[in-house]
Amino acid sequence: MHSVPLKSENNGIDALYRKNRVKSISFLAILSGVLLLTILLSLRAGSYETPIAELIKGIFGQSSDKKINLIVQNNRLPRIITAILAGGGLGLAGCILQAVLRNPLASASTLGVSQGATFGAAFAIVVLGLGVTDRFGIPLCAFFGSIAVALVILGLSKFRRVSPEGIVLAGVAISSMFTGATTLIQYFADEVELATLVFWTFGDLGSTGWEDLGGMAVIVALLCLYCIIHRWDYNALLSGEETAISLGINVKRLILVNMVLCCLCSSVIVSNVGLISFIGLVAPHIVRMVVGNNHVYLIPGSILGGATLLLLSDLFARTVISPVILPIGAITSFLGGPLFLYLLFKGGKRQ
Amino acid sequence: MMEIKNLSYHYKGSPEVLKDVSFVIEPGKFLAILGNNGVGKSTLLKCFNHILKPDSGEVLLDGENLLQMPTREVAKQVAFVSQSVPDTQMTVHDVVMLGRRPYMNWGFTEEDHHIVHDAMHRLDVEDMRGRFLNELSGGEKQKVMLARALAQQPKALLLDEPTSALDIQNQHQVLKMVRDICHKDSMIAVVVIHDLNLALQFCDQFLLLKDGQVYRYGDHTVLDTTALKEVYGVDAKVVEIEDRRMVLVKEEV
Repeated sequence: MHSVPLKSENNGIDALYRKNRVKSISFLAILSGVLLLTILLSLRAGSYETPIAELIKGIFGQSSDKKINLIVQNNRLPRIITAILAGGGLGLAGCILQAVLRNPLASASTLGVSQGATFGAAFAIVVLGLGVTDRFGIPLCAFFGSIAVALVILGLSKFRRVSPEGIVLAGVAISSMFTGATTLIQYFADEVELATLVFWTFGDLGSTGWEDLGGMAVIVALLCLYCIIHRWDYNALLSGEETAISLGINVKRLILVNMVLCCLCSSVIVSNVGLISFIGLVAPHIVRMVVGNNHVYLIPGSILGGATLLLLSDLFARTVISPVILPIGAITSFLGGPLFLYLLFKGGKRQ
Repeated sequence: MMEIKNLSYHYKGSPEVLKDVSFVIEPGKFLAILGNNGVGKSTLLKCFNHILKPDSGEVLLDGENLLQMPTREVAKQVAFVSQSVPDTQMTVHDVVMLGRRPYMNWGFTEEDHHIVHDAMHRLDVEDMRGRFLNELSGGEKQKVMLARALAQQPKALLLDEPTSALDIQNQHQVLKMVRDICHKDSMIAVVVIHDLNLALQFCDQFLLLKDGQVYRYGDHTVLDTTALKEVYGVDAKVVEIEDRRMVLVKEEV
């Protein structure tokens, strides 16, 4: 008699554990579905209306209408892939920065890393006179800009032991400093440079061709791979630095490597598509609300979530007052801001 | 057997906290590190497994120097339960799974899952394995942390004030679990603890630290009126009630 209720109780426990796993996995599946749907919608959106079957054929250059092949392959597909790479990269960078700095408010744009990269790129265009199409010089300068910010952030959190809120406040200060410096560069730029710069800082997914995508894809894929391999290290770090060391993790190296990789990733993204805020902050938070803090699910979730959010924002930017395409950077800030405020106050209530 | 040889440590910009500390712990013994606040108890503990890097000295576990070993190898032999209990939204199962992190290559194996189940079973946290850590009480969390440490299959278990945030029932439960595991598995357990009565009730050996050095080391007899006066600066005596030793502190006039 005794073992029967015990067994059913055991099943109940397992059911709860399984429920959590199933919930996390199905959330990832749903996210992938939404991303796929958004891709199809993005393929369709535009002035040249065509049935979806033709568009899918167009991806492989198989459509009977040559125009469709051309539009899909040279215009819509690169744009979609850019959005997925940039969004996924920013989402993942946000997730990792939040983990290694143990700061829920961390992301490339809130810490000023993106702004540092923007300054570096603007410096490259105006002061060094590099063309906007320069595929190495601009990302390199952007990288130096972002690394400078990352070093300040790391220094503050390690040596001065500034609180998480303090770090974000420092990020605000650093951001405005670099934004100011970028404005100064713009002030001294000539008209052509200024036009390029301003358009570029708006954030634009449409100007990347297949040639630009390669570099971005490599860097983002590298970050994804590294993070997936080290997924349990982030979980360990959540238990505190001392516990992480006791679990065999070289915490200093982990933090440093991750900061550098995140800087690399966000500076490549910034130099290709301009400043895009809030995706990196909001995407991991949305995913975390469903799957919790386990990076086994949180990492793929942040990649998928970031990609979906950016693609959705782009779809919105392209269709809301079509045929005018609104700047994507403005849209993500505009939509992401309220979402961030919501998360901030919801989080505050729980504590 | 764990041998600590001539261990010294200083924090940046301050004088030496630990000066030439040496002692030996036998397997199956539960050791309490005792002493005043700031005397270096936690510091000593953290010097054993790479959390802090000692200026000089050796920490030998079964003849191997832990300080010369890769951190990951140390994690297979020494587990650590910290004073601060994390508050993350991870399931109990996943938190205990962290204990297999030092052994993991690409993913966890069937054996890892088996060991994790065993650890959860031994600390009686199996029932909670689907719940999130941040939904548990302090005592439950500490048991989960112990299960995680046990999943590392360590030869030595280090505990930094594991009971300071717990109520009296959980303090006793947690320490009893540690003592039983330590005796049954012939594991070394070292605890930094403030409550002398808890230490006297559960620990086998006592290390008294004073001015960064070993003041006394041995079984319960090292805790006497003189030691309490010289280490803690209190007038007290150790009384025996129902086969148990208790420290009674005289009220200051």
